Amino acid sequence: MLRGLAALLFFQLLGESLVFLTGVPVPGPVVGLVLLFLVLLALRGRWRETVAAVEAAAGALLGNLGLFFVPAGVGVVALWGVVQDEGGAIAAVLVLSAIFTLAVTVWTFLAARRLLGHKDTAA
Amino acid sequence: MKSPVDLWVYLSTSPLIWLTLTLCTWIFASEISRRLDRNPLVNPVLTSILLLSLIMTVFDIPYQQFFQGAQFVHFLLGPATVAIAVPLSRQWERVRRLLLPIAAALLAGSLAAVSSVLLLGALTGLSQEVLISFLPKSATAGVAMAISASLGGNPSLTAVLVILTGIIGALIVTPFMNLMGIRDYAARGFAVGLTSHGIGTARAYEVDETAGLFAGIAMALNAVATSIVVPLAAAWLNG
Repeated sequence: MLRGLAALLFFQLLGESLVFLTGVPVPGPVVGLVLLFLVLLALRGRWRETVAAVEAAAGALLGNLGLFFVPAGVGVVALWGVVQDEGGAIAAVLVLSAIFTLAVTVWTFLAARRLLGHKDTAA
Repeated sequence: MKSPVDLWVYLSTSPLIWLTLTLCTWIFASEISRRLDRNPLVNPVLTSILLLSLIMTVFDIPYQQFFQGAQFVHFLLGPATVAIAVPLSRQWERVRRLLLPIAAALLAGSLAAVSSVLLLGALTGLSQEVLISFLPKSATAGVAMAISASLGGNPSLTAVLVILTGIIGALIVTPFMNLMGIRDYAARGFAVGLTSHGIGTARAYEVDETAGLFAGIAMALNAVATSIVVPLAAAWLNG
């Protein structure tokens, strides 16, 4: 578990370092995600103990993902003025954008799948 | 012997009480959610934010003071984002077989999420700061907040918009898809995971296992896609 957490932090550190050095406008943790993903694919079946530790740490963090955005969310109290003034517009954009995104995504997925003409057996 | 007022003055300025309160509020909110069959309306993230905000307001605690304790929880957003690599690599075989629909839906969906905010934001006259904070709202919170901060948005506002987007998507996905007559659960799950990240993924898992799997894949991929699309949209907005 501790080894897994250290590995996740290490990949975040790698990601942040790469972003700092290259100046690409992508968050460091996302670069860390991509790097860890590539390493996990390359490792397939090897270093089982370490990979299991990473999986345990990842499971613990992803199982409580919601908790980690509570502190920032509370910060909205300090922004009450902004939210109050533009509340109606914000609510409208939130709902309409969610419906539009759902529709575009699901129809594109279905159209491409029909184009491909094959079925994923488990689906 | 000191008075309880002295104790409160002492405790309220230490990080310990706010860290403890954040964790206890989360556990309480999760328990409410579990007892109400994970109804998206009692989403534990939203409940926790409302309860803690209420406490901060009632006791007149400045946010900076609260954050001194809560920052230890906040810090874990980074490694939690990196952790998404684990389910993604486990499900890679499944992704590869449906690579074309996934790639097409990811591209169209992430562009739809961002362009609809640009368009609707212009129509409703949102201010620049709110608009920038709004753009990454379909990505998982850690990524969305990092994007928002790097582009001069307000990460706290982004966090709340991300959570609300999650709850709205989780609430409407099932009636919407049924209304449209869509029964392909891979497609339904992918759409809600892309739109509503972790909250949508949790909802998809309740409805169907395949939907949950594809929602998780969409959440992971859209975290990457959003961090490429939003800076481009912001550059266009400023240029």
